[in-house]
Amino acid sequence: MLYVLQQLGYVTRQRLTKLGRGTFFLLHVLTGISDILRRPELLIRQLYSVGVLTFLIITVSGLFVGMVLGLQGYYVLSDFGAEETLGVMVATSLVRELGPVVSALLFAGRADSALTAEIGLMKATEQLSGMEMMAVDPVKRIIAPRFFAGFFSMPLLAALFSMIGVLGGQMVGVGLLGVDDGAFWSQMQAKLDFSDDILNGIIKSTVFGFVASWIALFEGYDAVPTSEGVSRATTRTVVNSAFATLGLDFILTALMFGDD
Amino acid sequence: MQHSKTLDTLVGLFVASGIVAFLFLSMQVSNLSSFVEPAGYLVIARFDNAGGLKVKAPVTVAGVRIGRVSAISFDEQQFQAVVKMRIEKKYNRLPDDTSASIFTAGLLGEQYVSLEPGGSEDYLQDGSEIDITQSALVLEEIIGQLLFKKAGEKD
Repeated sequence: MLYVLQQLGYVTRQRLTKLGRGTFFLLHVLTGISDILRRPELLIRQLYSVGVLTFLIITVSGLFVGMVLGLQGYYVLSDFGAEETLGVMVATSLVRELGPVVSALLFAGRADSALTAEIGLMKATEQLSGMEMMAVDPVKRIIAPRFFAGFFSMPLLAALFSMIGVLGGQMVGVGLLGVDDGAFWSQMQAKLDFSDDILNGIIKSTVFGFVASWIALFEGYDAVPTSEGVSRATTRTVVNSAFATLGLDFILTALMFGDD
Repeated sequence: MQHSKTLDTLVGLFVASGIVAFLFLSMQVSNLSSFVEPAGYLVIARFDNAGGLKVKAPVTVAGVRIGRVSAISFDEQQFQAVVKMRIEKKYNRLPDDTSASIFTAGLLGEQYVSLEPGGSEDYLQDGSEIDITQSALVLEEIIGQLLFKKAGEKD
Protein backbone atom coordinates (compact mmCIF):
# COMPACT_ATOMS: atom_id res chain seq x y z
CA MET A 1 0.00 0.00 0.00
CA LEU A 2 2.70 2.39 1.02
CA TYR A 3 4.64 1.37 -2.05
CA VAL A 4 1.71 2.19 -4.35
CA LEU A 5 1.33 5.61 -2.71
CA GLN A 6 5.04 6.18 -3.06
CA GLN A 7 4.92 5.28 -6.73
CA LEU A 8 1.95 7.59 -7.28
CA GLY A 9 3.77 10.44 -5.57
CA TYR A 10 6.91 9.73 -7.57
CA VAL A 11 5.06 9.75 -10.89
CA THR A 12 3.16 12.93 -10.00
CA ARG A 13 6.34 14.68 -8.93
CA GLN A 14 8.08 13.57 -12.12
CA ARG A 15 5.28 14.84 -14.30
CA LEU A 16 5.09 18.14 -12.48
CA THR A 17 8.82 18.75 -12.72
CA LYS A 18 8.70 17.93 -16.39
CA LEU A 19 5.84 20.37 -16.88
CA GLY A 20 7.78 23.00 -14.97
CA ARG A 21 10.91 22.40 -17.03
CA GLY A 22 8.80 22.57 -20.16
CA THR A 23 7.32 25.91 -19.11
CA PHE A 24 10.72 27.44 -18.36
CA PHE A 25 11.96 26.06 -21.65
CA LEU A 26 9.04 27.68 -23.47
CA LEU A 27 9.71 31.05 -21.82
CA HIS A 28 13.36 30.76 -22.79
CA VAL A 29 12.38 29.96 -26.38
CA LEU A 30 9.99 32.91 -26.51
CA THR A 31 12.78 35.29 -25.50
CA GLY A 32 14.62 34.03 -28.59
CA ILE A 33 12.35 36.19 -30.74
CA SER A 34 14.89 39.02 -30.51
CA ASP A 35 17.53 36.78 -32.08
CA ILE A 36 15.16 35.88 -34.89
CA LEU A 37 14.44 39.49 -35.67
CA ARG A 38 18.18 40.06 -35.90
CA ARG A 39 18.83 36.95 -38.04
CA PRO A 40 15.71 36.20 -40.09
CA GLU A 41 17.63 33.82 -42.34
CA LEU A 42 17.65 31.27 -39.52
CA LEU A 43 13.85 31.33 -39.53
CA ILE A 44 13.69 31.15 -43.34
CA ARG A 45 15.84 28.04 -43.32
CA GLN A 46 13.56 26.37 -40.76
CA LEU A 47 10.43 27.50 -42.57
CA TYR A 48 11.81 25.56 -45.50
CA SER A 49 12.40 22.34 -43.61
CA VAL A 50 9.26 22.58 -41.47
CA GLY A 51 6.82 24.22 -43.84
CA VAL A 52 7.84 23.77 -47.45
CA LEU A 53 8.70 20.09 -47.06
CA THR A 54 5.33 19.44 -45.38
CA PHE A 55 3.55 21.23 -48.22
CA LEU A 56 3.22 18.17 -50.43
CA ILE A 57 1.73 15.78 -47.89
CA ILE A 58 -0.71 18.49 -46.76
CA THR A 59 -1.94 19.24 -50.27
CA VAL A 60 -2.25 15.61 -51.29
CA SER A 61 -4.11 14.58 -48.14
CA GLY A 62 -6.25 17.73 -48.29
CA LEU A 63 -7.27 16.85 -51.81
CA PHE A 64 -8.20 13.29 -50.92
CA VAL A 65 -10.00 14.20 -47.70
CA GLY A 66 -12.03 16.77 -49.64
CA MET A 67 -12.82 14.28 -52.38
CA VAL A 68 -13.93 11.62 -49.90
CA LEU A 69 -16.07 14.18 -48.06
CA GLY A 70 -17.67 15.12 -51.36
CA LEU A 71 -18.40 11.52 -52.20
CA GLN A 72 -19.70 10.43 -48.79
CA GLY A 73 -21.62 13.66 -48.27
CA TYR A 74 -23.29 13.23 -51.62
CA TYR A 75 -24.50 9.71 -50.79
CA VAL A 76 -26.08 10.84 -47.53
CA LEU A 77 -27.43 14.18 -48.73
CA SER A 78 -28.96 12.77 -51.91
CA ASP A 79 -31.23 10.60 -49.74
CA PHE A 80 -32.84 13.82 -48.56
CA GLY A 81 -32.71 15.47 -51.95
CA ALA A 82 -30.33 18.04 -50.51
CA GLU A 83 -27.30 17.53 -52.77
CA GLU A 84 -27.00 21.30 -53.19
CA THR A 85 -25.90 21.67 -49.57
CA LEU A 86 -22.87 19.48 -50.31
CA GLY A 87 -20.70 22.59 -50.46
CA VAL A 88 -21.82 23.67 -47.01
CA MET A 89 -21.09 20.26 -45.56
CA VAL A 90 -17.66 19.92 -47.14
CA ALA A 91 -16.57 23.46 -46.32
CA THR A 92 -17.89 23.51 -42.76
CA SER A 93 -16.30 20.23 -41.78
CA LEU A 94 -13.02 21.17 -43.42
CA VAL A 95 -12.71 24.73 -42.17
CA ARG A 96 -13.92 24.07 -38.65
CA GLU A 97 -12.46 20.68 -37.83
CA LEU A 98 -10.65 18.63 -40.41
CA GLY A 99 -8.40 21.38 -41.76
CA PRO A 100 -6.83 22.34 -38.44
CA VAL A 101 -6.90 18.87 -36.85
CA VAL A 102 -5.78 16.63 -39.70
CA SER A 103 -3.07 19.05 -40.77
CA ALA A 104 -1.86 19.22 -37.16
CA LEU A 105 -1.74 15.42 -36.99
CA LEU A 106 0.12 15.21 -40.29
CA PHE A 107 2.40 17.99 -39.10
CA ALA A 108 3.15 16.01 -35.94
CA GLY A 109 4.08 13.00 -38.02
CA ARG A 110 6.01 14.79 -40.73
CA ALA A 111 7.69 17.79 -39.11
CA ASP A 112 7.55 17.43 -35.33
CA SER A 113 9.09 13.97 -35.24
CA ALA A 114 11.96 15.25 -37.40
CA LEU A 115 12.46 18.21 -35.06
CA THR A 116 12.62 15.99 -31.99
CA ALA A 117 15.03 13.58 -33.63
CA GLU A 118 17.21 16.43 -34.83
CA ILE A 119 17.40 18.20 -31.48
CA GLY A 120 17.75 14.91 -29.60
CA LEU A 121 20.64 13.85 -31.81
CA MET A 122 22.28 17.24 -31.44
CA LYS A 123 22.08 16.73 -27.71
CA ALA A 124 23.35 13.14 -27.89
CA THR A 125 26.34 14.18 -29.99
CA GLU A 126 26.93 17.10 -27.61
CA GLN A 127 26.54 19.76 -30.26
CA LEU A 128 24.30 21.73 -27.92
CA SER A 129 26.88 21.61 -25.12
CA GLY A 130 29.48 22.60 -27.69
CA MET A 131 27.52 25.71 -28.55
CA GLU A 132 27.19 26.53 -24.88
CA MET A 133 30.96 26.25 -24.56
CA MET A 134 31.26 28.88 -27.29
CA ALA A 135 28.89 31.13 -25.33
CA VAL A 136 26.16 30.70 -27.95
CA ASP A 137 22.76 30.03 -26.41
CA PRO A 138 21.54 26.89 -28.21
CA VAL A 139 17.94 27.51 -27.18
CA LYS A 140 17.95 30.89 -28.91
CA ARG A 141 20.11 29.91 -31.83
CA ILE A 142 18.85 26.40 -32.63
CA ILE A 143 15.49 25.94 -31.00
CA ALA A 144 13.75 29.32 -31.24
CA PRO A 145 13.88 29.46 -35.08
CA ARG A 146 12.41 25.96 -35.26
CA PHE A 147 9.69 26.86 -32.79
CA PHE A 148 8.60 29.98 -34.64
CA ALA A 149 8.81 28.20 -37.98
CA GLY A 150 6.35 25.58 -36.71
CA PHE A 151 4.17 28.25 -35.16
CA PHE A 152 3.93 30.23 -38.42
CA SER A 153 3.67 27.25 -40.75
CA MET A 154 0.75 25.56 -39.02
CA PRO A 155 -2.00 28.11 -39.83
CA LEU A 156 -0.71 28.43 -43.39
CA LEU A 157 -0.76 24.66 -43.83
CA ALA A 158 -4.24 24.37 -42.30
CA ALA A 159 -5.58 27.08 -44.61
CA LEU A 160 -4.01 25.29 -47.56
CA PHE A 161 -5.49 21.99 -46.43
CA SER A 162 -8.97 23.50 -46.20
CA MET A 163 -8.69 25.24 -49.55
CA ILE A 164 -7.46 22.18 -51.41
CA GLY A 165 -10.09 20.10 -49.61
CA VAL A 166 -12.91 22.40 -50.69
CA LEU A 167 -11.60 22.32 -54.26
CA GLY A 168 -11.39 18.50 -54.08
CA GLY A 169 -14.95 18.32 -52.80
CA GLN A 170 -16.05 20.62 -55.59
CA MET A 171 -14.20 18.49 -58.13
CA VAL A 172 -16.01 15.33 -57.03
CA GLY A 173 -19.38 16.91 -56.24
CA VAL A 174 -19.69 19.18 -59.25
CA GLY A 175 -17.43 17.40 -61.70
CA LEU A 176 -18.34 13.77 -61.15
CA LEU A 177 -21.68 13.71 -59.36
CA GLY A 178 -23.35 16.62 -61.08
CA VAL A 179 -24.18 18.95 -58.20
CA ASP A 180 -24.97 22.43 -59.49
CA ASP A 181 -21.82 24.57 -59.37
CA GLY A 182 -23.63 27.80 -58.50
CA ALA A 183 -25.60 26.20 -55.66
CA PHE A 184 -22.44 24.55 -54.33
CA TRP A 185 -20.66 27.89 -53.87
CA SER A 186 -23.59 30.17 -53.07
CA GLN A 187 -24.98 27.94 -50.30
CA MET A 188 -21.48 27.63 -48.89
CA GLN A 189 -21.03 31.39 -48.88
CA ALA A 190 -24.42 31.92 -47.31
CA LYS A 191 -23.81 29.46 -44.48
CA LEU A 192 -20.16 29.99 -43.60
CA ASP A 193 -19.25 33.02 -41.57
CA PHE A 194 -15.88 34.70 -41.75
CA SER A 195 -15.33 35.23 -38.04
CA ASP A 196 -17.26 32.19 -36.80
CA ASP A 197 -15.79 29.62 -39.15
CA ILE A 198 -12.69 30.82 -40.97
CA LEU A 199 -11.07 32.82 -38.19
CA ASN A 200 -11.87 30.22 -35.54
CA GLY A 201 -10.29 27.56 -37.74
CA ILE A 202 -7.17 29.69 -38.09
CA ILE A 203 -7.05 30.32 -34.35
CA LYS A 204 -7.33 26.60 -33.73
CA SER A 205 -4.47 25.78 -36.04
CA THR A 206 -2.33 28.52 -34.50
CA VAL A 207 -2.87 26.97 -31.08
CA PHE A 208 -2.07 23.51 -32.44
CA GLY A 209 1.09 24.82 -34.09
CA PHE A 210 2.22 26.44 -30.87
CA VAL A 211 1.59 23.38 -28.72
CA ALA A 212 2.90 20.82 -31.21
CA SER A 213 6.16 22.73 -31.79
CA TRP A 214 6.60 23.21 -28.08
CA ILE A 215 6.12 19.51 -27.37
CA ALA A 216 8.43 18.45 -30.20
CA LEU A 217 11.28 20.76 -29.26
CA PHE A 218 11.01 20.15 -25.54
CA GLU A 219 10.96 16.38 -25.98
CA GLY A 220 14.06 16.66 -28.13
CA TYR A 221 15.81 18.99 -25.73
CA ASP A 222 14.82 16.86 -22.75
CA ALA A 223 15.64 13.52 -24.38
CA VAL A 224 17.97 11.04 -22.74
CA PRO A 225 21.10 11.52 -24.87
CA THR A 226 21.34 7.97 -26.16
CA SER A 227 20.03 6.47 -29.38
CA GLU A 228 17.27 4.74 -27.44
CA GLY A 229 16.41 7.95 -25.63
CA VAL A 230 16.11 9.87 -28.88
CA SER A 231 13.88 7.22 -30.41
CA ARG A 232 11.62 7.21 -27.35
CA ALA A 233 11.48 11.00 -27.38
CA THR A 234 10.42 10.94 -31.02
CA THR A 235 7.63 8.49 -30.27
CA ARG A 236 6.50 10.56 -27.29
CA THR A 237 6.42 13.66 -29.49
CA VAL A 238 4.08 12.13 -32.02
CA VAL A 239 1.82 10.55 -29.40
CA ASN A 240 1.69 13.60 -27.17
CA SER A 241 1.19 16.07 -30.02
CA ALA A 242 -1.68 13.96 -31.32
CA PHE A 243 -3.26 13.79 -27.86
CA ALA A 244 -2.75 17.49 -27.25
CA THR A 245 -4.22 18.35 -30.64
CA LEU A 246 -7.32 16.23 -30.18
CA GLY A 247 -7.87 17.29 -26.57
CA LEU A 248 -7.36 20.98 -27.30
CA ASP A 249 -9.61 20.65 -30.32
CA PHE A 250 -12.45 19.51 -28.11
CA ILE A 251 -11.91 22.35 -25.65
CA LEU A 252 -11.56 24.99 -28.35
CA THR A 253 -14.62 23.70 -30.19
CA ALA A 254 -16.67 23.83 -26.99
CA LEU A 255 -15.50 27.38 -26.36
CA MET A 256 -15.91 28.65 -29.91
CA PHE A 257 -19.02 27.01 -31.22
CA GLY A 258 -20.85 26.60 -27.92
CA ASP A 259 -23.60 29.22 -28.20
CA ASP A 260 -24.63 28.71 -31.76
CA MET B 1 25.05 29.51 -42.81
CA GLN B 2 24.33 28.64 -46.38
CA HIS B 3 21.80 31.04 -47.75
CA SER B 4 20.54 30.34 -51.22
CA LYS B 5 18.08 32.12 -53.44
CA THR B 6 16.13 28.95 -54.24
CA LEU B 7 15.49 28.47 -50.56
CA ASP B 8 14.15 32.00 -50.24
CA THR B 9 11.98 31.51 -53.29
CA LEU B 10 10.52 28.23 -52.03
CA VAL B 11 9.76 29.69 -48.61
CA GLY B 12 8.26 32.75 -50.29
CA LEU B 13 6.08 30.50 -52.44
CA PHE B 14 4.98 28.55 -49.40
CA VAL B 15 4.01 31.65 -47.43
CA ALA B 16 2.32 33.19 -50.46
CA SER B 17 0.27 30.04 -51.12
CA GLY B 18 -0.77 29.99 -47.45
CA ILE B 19 -1.96 33.57 -47.70
CA VAL B 20 -3.73 32.83 -50.98
CA ALA B 21 -5.48 29.91 -49.28
CA PHE B 22 -6.57 32.17 -46.43
CA LEU B 23 -7.90 34.79 -48.85
CA PHE B 24 -9.66 32.08 -50.84
CA LEU B 25 -11.33 30.82 -47.69
CA SER B 26 -12.43 34.29 -46.66
CA MET B 27 -13.66 35.42 -50.06
CA GLN B 28 -14.87 32.32 -51.83
CA VAL B 29 -15.88 29.94 -49.07
CA SER B 30 -17.34 32.36 -46.55
CA ASN B 31 -18.77 35.64 -47.62
CA LEU B 32 -16.55 38.33 -46.22
CA SER B 33 -18.51 41.09 -47.88
CA SER B 34 -21.60 40.20 -45.88
CA PHE B 35 -19.53 39.98 -42.70
CA VAL B 36 -19.11 43.73 -42.69
CA GLU B 37 -22.59 44.71 -41.58
CA PRO B 38 -23.76 47.48 -43.90
CA ALA B 39 -25.13 50.59 -42.24
CA GLY B 40 -28.84 50.36 -41.86
CA TYR B 41 -31.82 51.21 -39.73
CA LEU B 42 -33.55 49.11 -37.09
CA VAL B 43 -37.16 48.06 -37.41
CA ILE B 44 -39.07 46.18 -34.72
CA ALA B 45 -41.79 43.60 -35.22
CA ARG B 46 -43.73 41.67 -32.58
CA PHE B 47 -44.73 38.11 -33.28
CA ASP B 48 -46.95 35.80 -31.22
CA ASN B 49 -44.54 33.03 -32.07
CA ALA B 50 -41.10 33.49 -33.53
CA GLY B 51 -40.76 29.77 -34.27
CA GLY B 52 -37.21 28.75 -35.10
CA LEU B 53 -36.14 32.22 -36.25
CA LYS B 54 -32.50 32.92 -35.49
CA VAL B 55 -30.33 35.99 -35.26
CA LYS B 56 -28.75 36.74 -38.67
CA ALA B 57 -31.68 35.18 -40.50
CA PRO B 58 -32.43 37.08 -43.71
CA VAL B 59 -35.16 39.70 -44.03
CA THR B 60 -36.59 39.72 -47.52
CA VAL B 61 -38.99 41.67 -49.67
CA ALA B 62 -40.26 39.90 -52.76
CA GLY B 63 -37.61 37.24 -52.20
CA VAL B 64 -34.72 39.70 -52.20
CA ARG B 65 -32.65 39.99 -49.05
CA ILE B 66 -32.69 43.56 -47.76
CA GLY B 67 -31.45 43.02 -44.20
CA ARG B 68 -30.91 40.62 -41.36
CA VAL B 69 -32.47 39.85 -38.00
CA SER B 70 -30.23 41.51 -35.42
CA ALA B 71 -31.88 40.49 -32.13
CA ILE B 72 -34.74 38.39 -30.81
CA SER B 73 -36.10 38.94 -27.31
CA PHE B 74 -39.19 38.21 -25.27
CA ASP B 75 -41.58 40.91 -24.09
CA GLU B 76 -42.87 39.92 -20.67
CA GLN B 77 -45.70 42.45 -20.72
CA GLN B 78 -47.37 41.30 -23.90
CA PHE B 79 -45.95 37.77 -24.04
CA GLN B 80 -44.69 38.28 -27.54
CA ALA B 81 -41.44 37.77 -29.32
CA VAL B 82 -39.74 41.06 -30.23
CA VAL B 83 -37.69 40.74 -33.40
CA LYS B 84 -35.28 43.54 -34.27
CA MET B 85 -34.30 43.72 -37.90
CA ARG B 86 -31.57 45.76 -39.48
CA ILE B 87 -32.63 46.90 -42.94
CA GLU B 88 -29.94 48.16 -45.31
CA LYS B 89 -29.83 51.91 -45.70
CA LYS B 90 -30.52 51.97 -49.42
CA TYR B 91 -33.92 50.34 -48.93
CA ASN B 92 -35.47 53.30 -47.11
CA ARG B 93 -38.75 53.50 -48.98
CA LEU B 94 -40.71 50.74 -47.26
CA PRO B 95 -44.26 51.91 -46.44
CA ASP B 96 -45.01 52.04 -42.70
CA ASP B 97 -47.98 49.68 -43.07
CA THR B 98 -45.68 46.93 -44.29
CA SER B 99 -46.54 43.54 -42.84
CA ALA B 100 -44.03 40.98 -41.62
CA SER B 101 -44.35 37.19 -41.69
CA ILE B 102 -42.04 34.39 -40.69
CA PHE B 103 -41.66 31.81 -43.43
CA THR B 104 -39.58 28.71 -43.88
CA ALA B 105 -37.29 28.32 -46.87
CA GLY B 106 -38.10 24.89 -48.24
CA LEU B 107 -39.38 22.01 -46.16
CA LEU B 108 -36.37 21.77 -43.85
CA GLY B 109 -34.78 25.12 -44.56
CA GLU B 110 -34.12 27.92 -42.14
CA GLN B 111 -36.75 30.47 -41.22
CA TYR B 112 -36.69 34.03 -42.48
CA VAL B 113 -38.74 37.19 -42.20
CA SER B 114 -40.65 38.22 -45.28
CA LEU B 115 -41.92 41.80 -45.53
CA GLU B 116 -44.98 42.61 -47.63
CA PRO B 117 -45.11 46.32 -48.49
CA GLY B 118 -48.40 48.12 -47.93
CA GLY B 119 -49.70 51.23 -49.65
CA SER B 120 -48.93 53.96 -47.17
CA GLU B 121 -47.22 57.19 -48.21
CA ASP B 122 -45.08 57.27 -45.07
CA TYR B 123 -41.95 55.19 -44.83
CA LEU B 124 -40.48 53.03 -42.08
CA GLN B 125 -37.74 54.77 -40.15
CA ASP B 126 -35.13 53.82 -37.58
CA GLY B 127 -36.94 52.36 -34.56
CA SER B 128 -40.38 52.17 -36.13
CA GLU B 129 -42.54 49.16 -35.45
CA ILE B 130 -44.29 46.89 -37.89
CA ASP B 131 -47.85 46.42 -36.65
CA ILE B 132 -49.18 43.72 -38.94
CA THR B 133 -47.34 40.48 -38.30
CA GLN B 134 -47.94 36.84 -39.00
CA SER B 135 -46.32 34.26 -36.76
CA ALA B 136 -44.24 31.33 -37.77
CA LEU B 137 -46.19 28.24 -38.71
CA VAL B 138 -45.55 25.50 -36.21
CA LEU B 139 -45.85 22.13 -37.88
CA GLU B 140 -47.31 20.42 -34.81
CA GLU B 141 -50.14 22.96 -34.63
CA ILE B 142 -51.09 22.41 -38.25
CA ILE B 143 -51.02 18.64 -37.84
CA GLY B 144 -53.09 19.01 -34.67
CA GLN B 145 -55.67 21.11 -36.48
CA LEU B 146 -55.80 18.65 -39.32
CA LEU B 147 -56.35 15.70 -37.00
CA PHE B 148 -58.98 17.63 -35.11
CA LYS B 149 -60.80 18.40 -38.34
CA LYS B 150 -60.61 14.75 -39.50
CA ALA B 151 -62.00 13.60 -36.17
CA GLY B 152 -64.84 16.13 -36.47
CA GLU B 153 -65.78 14.86 -39.94
CA LYS B 154 -66.28 11.29 -38.74
CA ASP B 155 -69.10 12.14 -36.34
